[in-house]
Order: sequence, then structure tokens, then C-alpha cells
Amino acid sequence: MGSSRHQLLTGWGRTSPSRARVVPASGMGRDSLAALVSRPGTGGVIPRGLGRSYGDAAQCAGGTVLDATGLDHLGSFDPQTGLLTVGAGASLDTLMRTFLPRGWFVPVTPGTRQVSVGGAIAADIHGKNHHGDGSLSAHLRSLTLATPTGIRVLRPGSGPEDPSEDARLFWATAGGMGLTGVILEATMQMLAVETASICVDTERLPDLDSLLAAMASGDERYRYSVAWVDSLARGRHLGRAVLTRGNHARLGQLPPARRRPGEALAFAPATRLEAPPLAPGGLLNRVTVGAFNEAWFRRAPRSREGQIQPVAAFFHPLDGVGGWNRLYGPRGFLQYQFVVPFGAEDVLRLALERCSRSGAASFLTVLKRFGPEAGPLSFPMPGWTLALDLPAGRPSLAPVLDSLDEAVAGAGGRVYLAKDSRLSPDLVGAMYPRLARWRSVRDQADPEGVMQSDMARRLGLVSPPRPAPPPPPLLTEGRSQG
Amino acid sequence: MNDAFSLPQSVLVLGGTSDIARATVRALVARRARTVVLAGRDRRGLEAAAAEAGAAGADRVAVERFEATEVERHCELVQRVFTAHGPIDLVLMAVGVLGDQARDESDPEAAARVITTNFTGPAAALLAVAGQLRAQGQGTLVVLSSVAGERVRRANFVYGASKAGLDGFSQGLGDSLAGSGARVMVVRPGFVRGRMTAGRQPAPFATTPDAVAEAIVEGLARGAETVWVPGGLRAFMALSRHLPRALWRKVPG
Repeated sequence: MGSSRHQLLTGWGRTSPSRARVVPASGMGRDSLAALVSRPGTGGVIPRGLGRSYGDAAQCAGGTVLDATGLDHLGSFDPQTGLLTVGAGASLDTLMRTFLPRGWFVPVTPGTRQVSVGGAIAADIHGKNHHGDGSLSAHLRSLTLATPTGIRVLRPGSGPEDPSEDARLFWATAGGMGLTGVILEATMQMLAVETASICVDTERLPDLDSLLAAMASGDERYRYSVAWVDSLARGRHLGRAVLTRGNHARLGQLPPARRRPGEALAFAPATRLEAPPLAPGGLLNRVTVGAFNEAWFRRAPRSREGQIQPVAAFFHPLDGVGGWNRLYGPRGFLQYQFVVPFGAEDVLRLALERCSRSGAASFLTVLKRFGPEAGPLSFPMPGWTLALDLPAGRPSLAPVLDSLDEAVAGAGGRVYLAKDSRLSPDLVGAMYPRLARWRSVRDQADPEGVMQSDMARRLGLVSPPRPAPPPPPLLTEGRSQG
Repeated sequence: MNDAFSLPQSVLVLGGTSDIARATVRALVARRARTVVLAGRDRRGLEAAAAEAGAAGADRVAVERFEATEVERHCELVQRVFTAHGPIDLVLMAVGVLGDQARDESDPEAAARVITTNFTGPAAALLAVAGQLRAQGQGTLVVLSSVAGERVRRANFVYGASKAGLDGFSQGLGDSLAGSGARVMVVRPGFVRGRMTAGRQPAPFATTPDAVAEAIVEGLARGAETVWVPGGLRAFMALSRHLPRALWRKVPG
């Protein structure tokens, strides 16, 4: 077993720190991994990848956090089929650097490349292609999972409704926030591409209605689609946005000078800037974000077609700024991302209005259309998803978000657990109606409830291990009610 | 667990019958708190406070006997509460008596009782709680200090000195917890209208238990280490701290 140390951990939003014993998985054989997962000691265990979930999903106060980034072996790759078997600790960045020059792209990428494969599966991540391609789980062929009751190789079967035990555990794991066990390895279908560029169409839309209409009618022509929304625009400008959509550029779409194979598939993104280590709070406020939003909106072309962009610029603009999460200052920030079914567009309007009125300036506000639903705890469902970045050290925001939760749940929608750091446990069941089913599958793989995380405790996802009965009250009298 | 706004789901109050404690429990239960353990010495007062917490929406409410001066019992009580109800996300130290300055000045034993109740006893309990929070890897300790402890005055120096001791102890304890996942927030209210001050003339910057409770909730989200209630006291005391002693000793009670 690797050397463990105690460490204070937070998610990417830098809120709610907690201390745990961190055990690196690197150098651990499968047997010792399996032993650790089945008997982690007090406080339970949760795997952690690159720490990019925003809230408390990869923390385990008083327990054990398994640092899975060492499980980063590149297994096998079949250049005929594009099937890749890879260790759960490998990052999507590594996959792109390794396979894009060979003509293969990851099937799904979120807004950052700095996520681990295991974390991506545990959150069942989506990308700008969800409307057509679904979430990551749709592209997995198998995964190897170390559960507290043993190591299992799981396949998706016929889909989320497949009744076989293995398939049920597979779909409980994709989106299961690490609470079914530690993902060791996965096999996924990569996507064949001719170039490392995206052919991008950009449009400026003056308000929410025109944005929704443009997305509803045009998204099918594009593999990738996303809208950046000006969160501070109000009144008739509410929801004004820059919509960018694109497809992988074909070789013939590149300028002739860049069509040589080595160049067409070249992938060399760099972190150009580094955020200061001790940024003061309040740097991102109404004035700075307002000025940025105005400039961003004005800078975007009213309409432009066929722009060739490197994949890194199109998918991961924030990866160009190292440690950008520090820009929110010492109190950190949170991301509020929810999805509501088509027809519940009012909730989008409500969220933009409430956040704008609360004075909380959302720096990055993103809208996109979702396609089909996957496993019981997977976030996406057919509908609209809106994500807002908000500063955490602002107490008045808490009740605003609580009331938005009610509206989202009331519309049959849900918030994204990988981004969450503040949802009330009262609403999880309404947002994830298959939660009870997920729990029963999870409990079979982990009957003693040793897979635990701060998020699991906060949201009541896993029933806690039974505490030892308290000693009889010798010196003082106690009483419980209710 | 504490959420991104540091709102707790489970709360232990030491000194559970105080007006500020009750207002704080109401405010926390109105947010995320569902488990509330109230410890104190007045059984009937605890029952009433427990009923209030239940009515406000807490699912699990328990009461425990806690006498601040019985320092030899603190560890056992705190451990039992954490075992039965843990994790405990927030512990509120709300024990305190005002004493009677005129009597206490001429009755050393009475003065010692005030100091034991306000400082020695709470300090021992805070250490017991800190040990549990360390093991838990997270949690907030909120300590009710007083503006009277910021600079001790002639008119109430027994009470003021006891709060000054608690205040300094809590700050040091907070520093010792850095990196543990646990933290300490010291709350310094001015004159709080309520049972403890009944019959006294309100001082400038007087406030209410509910205002203190809201300031606590806000301080949690801000990650504050010190909270003044009302907030204007911070600047006022920054100046008052430097008044010459000849003037300071004449500030009335």
C-alpha cells in the first residue's frame, strides 16, 4: 500500500474543506486496492481523481480518500475499431495528447480536459454534443470496478433498463459519484476524426426566445452546440447570447498549407496564464463581469460561418488559465447547473432573473440542449441545461438557490451532482426519481455502507454505517424525542 | 455536513436555553439543520427549547444535562453526543452568566463562580469538542463572546474578564485547528435585549437575539473568524480600545 497522509481537501469550487487520510493508488496492486475498498477503516472511503467536481463529491471527512490518479495506465487500443482500454486515473488531456495525433478524439469532453476517466464516468459527464451523442456512459463498452464485495467487470447490456445484475451495477456506477466502488479501468469507443480542428458557426442572439428558437431548430445540423449567455442582461435583453456550434473539420476544410497529416491532427494546447495564488475576494463582481459580458457579446460576430478553431480553443477555453478557480477569492464559488424538460423554459428565465437580481454576477453562464437520459443518478435528461458560476461567500444567495431548486424540481428537472455543493437532501429524491432503485443496486455491492463521501452524507445518498450504540448514561441523563 | 454556505445539518448547543442559542437554532433549522442536541442545566428550559426546535422543522432533537462548572464530565458528554448523533457540523458555545458586579466585587467566591461558568468550564468543553471535530475532519465551533471582553471595563470587569479569557482562548484554539477541517468563529455581541439583561438599561449598540442569530448565519457563509453584532461595533471598539484609562474607567455600566 502506498504511503498515506492526512490532507485538507476541497472540490474545484474551494468550499467546505474537510480533512481525510489520502492514500495514493499508484503502486498498489489490485489485491491491496480491493482490500482497502472492502475495509477502509473508520469514516468510509471515496475515490478522487483530479478534483474537478465543484463540491464535496470527492471528499470524505474523517475517512479515507483514494487518490486514483495513479491508475493511469494506457491499456490497449485497437486502431481498427477505436476501442480504447484505459486506467481510470488517466486524464482526458492525456487521451487527447496521445490519440488525437492518431486521428481519434474522446467521445465526450466537458469544459475542461483536466478530468480523470474515472471521475468522468462517476459524474457521467456530458459535453456540447449531448443532444446527439448522449453522455459518456453511452460510449463505454465495459468498466472494471473494485466494490467492497469484490472486483467486477461490468458491461452496459441492452441499456439502463437491462435487468441483469451486472448491467444494473454498470448504470448505477455511471453517474454514481464514486459510491458504488472504485473504477479501475474502462473501455470506451473513441471517435475517428480527420483533423484536430472544429469548423465553427457563430451567431449572436438578442434575447432568450430567439436563442431557444435558434437552438431548437438548428442544433441537429451540428455535433457540438453551446450558448454563452450574458447573465447580467435584463429586461428585453434577458438571455442575450452568443451561440457557437460546430462539427469536426474535414481535411478539405483546412487551409491547404495545414492539410499534411502531422499538422492537421497536431494538438499542442498550452496554459498561457496562471491565476494569482492569493486573489482577493470580490474580483469578479457586477462591474467587472458586466464589462466582460458586454465586451464578449460585442466582440462576437453577428453571424459567422465556417471558422476553423483548434479543439482546445473550442472546448476548453478556461484550461488556458491555470487555477482560474482562484479568481473567486478565498471563499470560493459554486456552480449552479440544472436541467429542466422541454416546455419548462420559464424556469430558465426565472433562474436568469433571480441570479441577476440577487447581484451575484455569474461569470460563465452556459445553456445547452440535452438528449436522452442514462442511468438512475446520471444528470442529463431531454431538455435545457443552464449553468451559472456564482461566488459562495454571499449568504443572500443561499435562499435564492433554494427557491430555484424548488422550481427546478417542480418542473421535473434536477441539479447536477458533480457541480453541487449546497442542495438540500429533501429534494434529491424528487430530482432523481430512480434514487431508490440506485440505492438498492448500490447497497448490494456495498452492504455495509463503506463507500462514503461528504456529498453522500450531505444528501443522504448512502445510509450511514450503523454507529456503535452509545454507552449507557452513567453520569448524565439523556433523552431523545421526535 | 456543512454546505458551500457553511450551513450545518446537525447542531450541538452547549447552553441550549439562552435566548441567543434559541434564536440561532431557529435560524439554522430554517436552513439546513435537522439534528439538534441541546445541552444545559435547566431541564424545563431545555424541554421548551427542544419543542421549539422540533416545531421549526428539526427531525431529531435531543436534550442533555450539561453543567459548565463540572469540567470532569465534559469529555464524556461530548463524546457521547458525537457518537450518537455525529457527525456534528456546528457546535455553539452559549454558556454564560452576567453575574452581579457589585456583589461579585465583595464576594470572591461569587466572582470565581462567574469566571468558572463563563471561562474555565467552557474552555474545557471547547477542548473536548475540538478533539471530536479534529477526528471528524470538519465542523464549526461558534463561541459566544462579548464586546465586554474586547476591553474590560471598570463597571463589569468580572464578567468582562471572563469573556476576555474565553475570547482569547477561542482565538488560540481556532489557530490550533488550522488545517484540521474544523474552525472557530468568535461572536462578539453588544448589549443583547433578553432574559440575561432584563431590567438593565440598554447600552448603545443594543441588539436582539434574532439579530445575533442572523449575523452568525451570515458570518458562517463569509468564513468569518470574528463577528460583531451589530457590525458597527467593530469600528467603535477599534477606537475605544485606545481611549486613555482615566476616561475608560468612567464608562458607565
